[in-house]
Order: sequence, then structure tokens, then C-alpha cells
Amino acid sequence: MENKRVNEVKEMLQKDLVETDDLKVLDDLRVKYLGKKGLITELNSEIKNVPNEEKKEFGMLVNELRNTFNEYFDKTKEIIDTKILNERLEKEAIDISLPATKIELGAPNILEKVIEEVEEVFMSMGYDVVDGPEIEEDKYNFEMLNIPKGHPARDAQDTFYIEGDEILLRSQTSPVQVRTMLKGEGKIPIRMICPGKTYRRDDDDASHSHQFMQIEGLLVDKDISLSDLKGTMDVLFKRLFGKDVETRFRPSYYQFTEPSVEVDITCVNCHGKGCPVCKHTGWVTVVGAGVVHPNVLRMSGYDPDVWSGFAFGFGAERLAMMKYDINDIRTFYNADLRETCIFDREDEE
Amino acid sequence: MISLNWVGDYIDIKDQDVHELATKITKAGINVEGVITHHISGLVIGEILSVEDHPDSDHLHVCVVNVGKEKLQIVCGAPNVRKGLKVIVAQVGAILPGNFEIKKSKIRGVESCGMICALFELGFEEKTEENYAKGIHELDDDAPVGEDPVTYLGLDDTLYDLDVHKHRNNDCYYHIGFAYEIACILNRKVTLPSLDFKTVKDKIKFNLEVKTDYCSYYMAREVRNVVIKESPEFIKKRLLAAGMRPINNVVDISNYVMLEFGQPLHFFDKDKLGNKIVVRNAKEKEEIVTLDGKTRILDTNDIVITDGKKPVCIAGVMGGENTEVDDNTKNILIESAIFDAVHIRNTAKKLELPSEASIRYGKGLSYEYTEMASKRACHLLEKYADAEILEGFVVVDHENHDEKKLSFKAEDVNKILGIEISTADMKKELDRLDFPFNEKKGVFEVTIPRRRLDIDANVNDIAEEIGRLYGYNNLVSSLPSVPIRRGEYIGDVKYRKMVSRRLRSLGLTEVKTYTLINPEMAKKFIYEDKEAVVLPNPMSVDKSVVRTSLIASLMNVYEYNKARGIQDVSIYEIAKTYDNKYQETTKICGLMTGSYIHNSWKRDFEVDFYVVKGIIENLLEYMGYQKRYSFVRSDCSDLHPGVQAAIVLDGKKIGIVGKVHPNLTKKDIYVFELDLDSLYGRTSKIKYQESFKYPSIQKDMAFILDKEIEVGDVIKTIQKASDKSLQAIDVFDVYEGENVAALKKSVAFSLTFNGVNHTLTDEEVMVVFNKIIDKVVLTYHAELRDK
Repeated sequence: MENKRVNEVKEMLQKDLVETDDLKVLDDLRVKYLGKKGLITELNSEIKNVPNEEKKEFGMLVNELRNTFNEYFDKTKEIIDTKILNERLEKEAIDISLPATKIELGAPNILEKVIEEVEEVFMSMGYDVVDGPEIEEDKYNFEMLNIPKGHPARDAQDTFYIEGDEILLRSQTSPVQVRTMLKGEGKIPIRMICPGKTYRRDDDDASHSHQFMQIEGLLVDKDISLSDLKGTMDVLFKRLFGKDVETRFRPSYYQFTEPSVEVDITCVNCHGKGCPVCKHTGWVTVVGAGVVHPNVLRMSGYDPDVWSGFAFGFGAERLAMMKYDINDIRTFYNADLRETCIFDREDEE
Repeated sequence: MISLNWVGDYIDIKDQDVHELATKITKAGINVEGVITHHISGLVIGEILSVEDHPDSDHLHVCVVNVGKEKLQIVCGAPNVRKGLKVIVAQVGAILPGNFEIKKSKIRGVESCGMICALFELGFEEKTEENYAKGIHELDDDAPVGEDPVTYLGLDDTLYDLDVHKHRNNDCYYHIGFAYEIACILNRKVTLPSLDFKTVKDKIKFNLEVKTDYCSYYMAREVRNVVIKESPEFIKKRLLAAGMRPINNVVDISNYVMLEFGQPLHFFDKDKLGNKIVVRNAKEKEEIVTLDGKTRILDTNDIVITDGKKPVCIAGVMGGENTEVDDNTKNILIESAIFDAVHIRNTAKKLELPSEASIRYGKGLSYEYTEMASKRACHLLEKYADAEILEGFVVVDHENHDEKKLSFKAEDVNKILGIEISTADMKKELDRLDFPFNEKKGVFEVTIPRRRLDIDANVNDIAEEIGRLYGYNNLVSSLPSVPIRRGEYIGDVKYRKMVSRRLRSLGLTEVKTYTLINPEMAKKFIYEDKEAVVLPNPMSVDKSVVRTSLIASLMNVYEYNKARGIQDVSIYEIAKTYDNKYQETTKICGLMTGSYIHNSWKRDFEVDFYVVKGIIENLLEYMGYQKRYSFVRSDCSDLHPGVQAAIVLDGKKIGIVGKVHPNLTKKDIYVFELDLDSLYGRTSKIKYQESFKYPSIQKDMAFILDKEIEVGDVIKTIQKASDKSLQAIDVFDVYEGENVAALKKSVAFSLTFNGVNHTLTDEEVMVVFNKIIDKVVLTYHAELRDK
């Protein structure tokens, strides 16, 4: 009797278990067979009523039915799930060609970018980067640099005075060197650069600016020569402009260095072949430099019989103009954000 | 301008190519900026043997010209061409000014081998219609055929246009000084010009007094019976070459000597002057009518030459009309003096009278040449103005006659330059410089010649002289032998870099603006009690105030970009500011407007107060100031009164943030400014902190509050009412409008609790949670809306 019932269910199963991609159909089948009142569930609950000697066989038959159903169910469920997922994924597909959301990082000021490159070169050679006041005392800006009051060298640096002839807007960053030497008290060697703002009474135009960024450097140690300065300049400009850039010295004159030189480098525009930028000489002057004048060392507490050193200075604007082919110095101070944003990236060596 | 013909009087340079010489001089430190040469190769004096009309033209002529070695057929169009005329011929191969090369050619079918020239075609005259009309240049009948016409005309000079560094412009701007410079470069010797003259029997009797500290040397000589006339050709040509206009022999000689020796001279009409000179400081408001007929008002910083009563000359700057040499002058007093350089420079600047003379005084003079120049003037006046020179001179001499001496060894110089020069070679170098020296056991004692005012007695000076002649090209690069280390950012630089990096990564672009601003800008965005420095002598009112805040400058950058159609601006600047006590404050300033995250087809994320507040919080947390800052209401009048806050760190105001007042702009612009100096290293090191092991419980609550109650205060109350288990408070809804009474708002909080050492039970949390609710309700008369 019970086996007959099993066979009926089995036949029904064989008819019912057809391929379907309808989750509802599948679920209805589950309820029909394995729900609380499902056909297989009912058979299962019949086991206890079956005589003992038939119990085992009956149980096996019911189990077989259950396994058949489960197998069918799992397989069909997987097919349906896959289908549903695929439909969803298809629906979720987007137009990847639409413009992106712009996550923009800020760019550095062009001058600062160039200054940081210079700083990196010098820091790698052991130079500290130091800053100092922009409102300065005449003493530090001129007198202690071997430029006494009334000296004609002051005329070239037409200075913004603030209070009499004692307080001024610094016309060069050299006072930072003086301050650093005074701090060293004539005892410790010095390696420093001091990039910073400087001010001179120039009318602003494409190549002049009343405010500009100077990068000066100072090395004070023992047995330092002009040849050491030459080597240092070689390193700097090869790093900034490429390995094929050469440097050359020409005699010059500054109050705070002696001997003084101007440093020319291979014209970056024409690689030394000659062009209008370098006035067809193949060279452009970029740095003023020299061996620190013994008076300057002495005034700042360094005994020139023991200590020697070199100092150099150049304009960040000029460097940036050369490096990025910019021909108006005002570019750095009137930031057109469309022009500056491209400087937010690493530069090729 | 230096004339090489003139320099050739003192040093033999005939064998030198003028361009190569210029390069040598430039390499040794005196920059020859321009070589203006009048020499043109391929020019020759010719005689026209025959002139025939061109068969195919009504104005051209076919000439046969004898140029010595050969006879040339030349086609010429000038109206004045005629048989027998001596002319300048540019032969085939000659290159005329404008890079115009003469070639063998056919002119309307007739062969022409050269060109007969006008002076303007050779660059000796201007290209005017008048000169054009004159036709070809007609030489005198005795002009030697076959010779160089430029030499024949005395026009074969070369001029050097010098750009001399300041320290050398006392000795390189006169011909003898420049001759010494060439001498050391070429290793040759200088011959000084003749200073000889005869004297008449009468002796100079003259009363000279110097009553100022600013005249260290004053020499006077007297000459009589000068004949004023035109100067000889060579003087005129040389003055013209140097850019001075010839006037008459006497005036020209004073200028000539100045250009020779660098020493300005002044000639007084002795009869107008009288017998006395007193050099003194001018009196306040003292007046003198100068040579140019203008009345000059002086002060005690000016030096004057007086006749004992009245000024007759502003020392070193310009003579007085009352003692001027004129066409009737017979007797002359020659002044050769040294005045204080700074005073002369200041007087010339003040009176706006920069002259060749005042410029030279302003650079300093060597008394040796002052004396020689006086003699040289007598020599030339005798020769070219028939002067009779009185015997003797009067002089006041306060110059230091000590010699400048220096001892050093060759190795001292080597150490400075990083080269190897032997003692023997050092001798050669000093010889070449013409610096007298002794050498004993490798120690040199050098006497610095007086003409080299620029050289102090230190070994660096000698190294410079040796170095520039040795050639810096010959230096071998080396690197300093110093210990290896990596450099660091020191002090504020370090913090500036940190802040800069962070702000950039938060999307702000760095800008750089001017420290000097106009007074209008300086009045804007004042939030501190500071007075600004105002420059006493600004270049323009636009750059007359030293800014105390950067906000106004960034507003300008915004305007600049807006005018270029850029809507989204997020910028910052870090710069030093100063108040009128010169107190320095480095400020971080930012300006943000438009979209922060940009996507127009979806939706831009616009900048608002809370974005900027977030940027500031991010920066402060990055610098290590967690839980130490707050934002409190502020009252900067250029910011929106309801949308601004002071930034407080450890109880101290360090800056401001807010929306720009609608009176100033229609756009929603947010600005902030922070004092960088307040962010210097007051933080502790990062410590690892383990996160909570036990699960957290989240509870939400919403209150109806009076509108003006600040949520920040409520958060503080919640924190106070709670215990350690409260880990986070989040505001997840702020609502006004429908379902909320007028002047009220609904604020919803989400609180996260966490057990420190065990899993919290709901009961435990509820105890704290209810306590918090009671406290908020009580404190703010709040109505609990939801929990």
C-alpha cells in the first residue's frame, strides 16, 4: 500500500521535474514535495507506520525520492540564479565613455616646483634649507656683506626702505647666510641654501618684477676652493637640465665674494648650438657666485685664516622660464589656473 | 667707449685682431659688449681713367678705374662721376655694412668689377637724402692710388663698448687704465704719454684753502695767454669717438685728459676767479648759477669751490657761470682734485646732473693720476693752445701715501682657486700684472699699484687677478671634501612644506602673489588687531603697503581667473606677513569657490562652509592637533556675519574661516586664513592604538531644538553626560520645515558605544543613553522626537 503511494509520487515527480527558469514554479514544486504538507514530507512521516520489516526498504525509497528532488532543485536553482544575475548585470551596465568625475589635486606654484627640485639636489649634497625675515635690517642685507653705506653696489639693488636707511625689504636672500653664520659662531661648518622672496624697485614687465624668488647658497668649511664651486654647479645643472649640460665660469664682481664669477650653462633652448635666446653664443648666464670674501667671513665670526667657502645665487624665475619656456615673468604671480594645473605631475628626468 | 687708436698710443696692439682681442678681454673679466670697427677689407683708392655712357641706360656710366695693381671696369650711376677723379673703390669680395658683398656682375649687359662708393655706403655717414644726393665721395687729388682709403681718411678706428663691473669702472673707463688691462692680458708694457712742458719765469702765487673733509687732494696750476681755437683733428676725432662733442681746444683738452687718465679737470677763467680758492661744504640754501645757466640750490652735503666769498663751482659736478672759460679767456687755473665719492654721487643724483666728470669722481680716483693729469693738461695746452705755464703749483694733499702691500705664498692662491701654480710661475703672473713684488723663500711681498683702487690687500684679491688671467676655463671641477649627510628643511620651512603638501592633496592649488599691496586691499578682511607697514617711498600706490593678511590677494587671483571664465577656484598661498612692529607671521590662506568635486552630467559637489571647515580640520589633524581645536563665532566685517568662524587651537585664536560678504561678491566664495607659526611642533608622536575587540552598539535619537541652539554645543553636552563607553557621535539629520514648528529644528544623532573590556549589554547602554537624553532635554528645553 505504502509502496504504491511511493510509486505514485515517483511518477508524479518524473512528470513535474521539467526544466524551468521560473523561480515561482520551482518554489511551488518545493512546497508540493518538501513543504510542511509536501508529498515527500508526508511519505516520510508515514515511515513510522510501516511494519518494521518493510521500514528499511520504504525509508530508502522515500530517501531516493528526496534526493532526486533535491538534485533537481539545486541544479534548476543555480540555472535560475545565474539567469537572474546575468539580467541584473546587463541592466547595470553603464556607458563607460561618459566623462569621469574629476578628483583634482592641487598643483604647486611653478616657482615652488622648480625651487623644490633645486632643494632636492642640494639636500642630497648635505645642504640645509633655511629661511629668514623679508623685512630686514640694513646691517644684514648690506653692511655685513661688505657693502657699507654709500657703496655704489647698493645702487644696483634699488631697495625698498621702510624706516630711514636701517629697515628695508630684503633685496637679496644673502642676509639669511649672514644670520646662519652668526648662529654658527665661527665654530661649525655651514652648508645651506636659502630660497626666498626678495624685493627691488623695478617696474614690472615681461622680464622684470619688483618681487622675485632668489635661491642663494653658502658653504663654509676648511680648504674650500673655486674648483669646488665649479663641481657643485656642474652637479646642480646636470641634475636640473640633463647630463649633457656644461657649465663655465667667467670673471665677475660681487662685494661679498672674491674671486667672483658668473656661471654660464649650455643654452637649454639650442643645446649650445646658438639661438636667439643665448644671443648665438650657446651659453646663458644663470648664477652669480664666488669664494666668500674674507671680510664677510670675519664680520660673521669666521676666521678667514681657518675657514673658507663659496656662495652662489640665482633667480628661481629665470630658471623656471628656461625650464618651461615661459617668456613673461608675471606668469608666476598671476596664476591662470588652466596654466598651472599641469604642473601637478612628476616631471621627466 | 674706448678707442683702440687712442689706446695704441700707450701699448702696441697693431698686431692684434680686434675681435680676438675683444674676446680675450671679455674672458679676463671686462665685458666688451660691442666691437664697432670702421675697417672694411677690399677698399682701395682708385683714379677714374675714363667715363663712357652705358649703351643701354640713360644714367649709368661705364668707367675704367686704376686701382694700382690693375685697371677695373666698373658701372657707376652717380651724377658726379668724371674722368680724373680719385674715388673709393670697393673691390670684388669686399663686404660693406649690411653684409652687402661686392660681386662681379653684369649690369644691363655690361660687366662691372666693383663699386665706386659714397661715405654713407661705408657706414661713415648717415644715410640721408642729402648725403645720397652728393653721389660718390670725392677724394683729394693727391690721394694715393692703391692705398686703403679708410686709413687715408683717418677713419680706421675700432671702438670697444664696455660693460664693466662696478669695481673696475674707475680704471677701465679711461684709456691708460684700459691699456694696463690689455697689457696684463697680452703680457706687454704700457708707455705713458708725455707730461713735459716749459715754464715761464713767473711763479704761481695763489691762495688755496681746503675747509672740508670731503676733498682729500686739490692741485692747481696756472697758465697764461691761451689762444682759444679749434682743436687739432686727432683730438676732435677721439672725443667724437668717445661720444663727447668737441667745443674748442681748451675745453677739449680738459676732456681729453679726463679720457686719458680718468681724472676730471676743471678750468677756471683765472681773471674772473681772482687769486683765491676755498673748498668747503656748501651752506644751507646757498645758490650758484651753473654753466648751463640754471640756478642750483645747495645744502651742507654738497661741496663747493669758492673764491673766498661766493661759490664758483659745484665740486666734481658742474662749474659756475661766473668763472666759465669763454672765447675771450686768456688765463686759466687748472683744478685737478679728488672729492669724496659718496658726496659727489649724492650731489649729482640730487641735482640730476650726472656727467662724465661726476660719474668718475663718484667711482673714486688715484692721486698719482690726479697729479699726472694736471701736468698732461699743461703739456697739451702748451702744444695746442700756445699756453705759457707758470712755474710751480699749489696743492693740499690729505691722501694716504702708504703703499698697499701684501704678503702671501703661491699655495695661498692655489688653495683659493683649486689650482697648482708654482712659485716660479707666480712671478711671471705678477710681472704680467705689473704689480711690483719681492720674493724670499716662496713668500711674495706685493705692492698694489695705486691705479687699482679695487684691490684690497688680501690674498683673495690676488687670487682673483691670477685666476682671471689663468682662465677659469682651466679650472678642473672638484667637489668639497665634506662629510656625507642629507640636508634638512629647517624651522618654518619644514612646516610650510608639510602644510603645502597636505593642501595640495586636498585639491588646492598653490599660488604666489605680491607682498606689497594697495591701501584699498589692505583695508579688507581685517580680523586681527594689527597695523600694517606703509612704505615711505613706494614706487606706486599700488605697491605701498606690506600686507598683514593674504585674503585680499587671493581674491585678486580669483577675480583674475573669473575674468578668464574659470568658475572653480581652489587655491592657497603660504607667505610671510608683517605688522608695523615688524612682527613676522607666516600665514596659510585659502580660497575656495565653485565645485570641489566636478561632474556636471551627474551633480557637482559644490564648495560650502562645511567643505572648507573639513579642509581645515583635515589639516589640523594631519599636523597632529586632534581634539585640540574648535570653531567659534567671529565678526570679520568682510565675511558673511552668519557664515564665519574663528579657528581656535588650544584656547588661542589662530585664524578665521567664512564666506565672503555678499556686499563684496555675488558668488559663494569661502576663504580661510591660519597662522602657520601656531602649528609648529606642539604635537606628540604617533602611538599605535588597538581597536575595540568587542562589538559596538549604535543608538539613534532626534530632538526638536530651538533654531539658534548650536549643534556643536549639544554634542559637547552629550559628551559630558556620557561615560567612556561613548565612542562616536554623528549628526545624521538636520531638518527644518514641515512637521517641525517655526523657529525650531530637528536634529538627529547617532551614538556609538563600545565596551572597553567586555561586550556591552543593551541594558548598560540604555542607562547611559537615557542619562544623555535627560541632560539634553533639560539643558536645551529640547523635545525628544525619536529614539
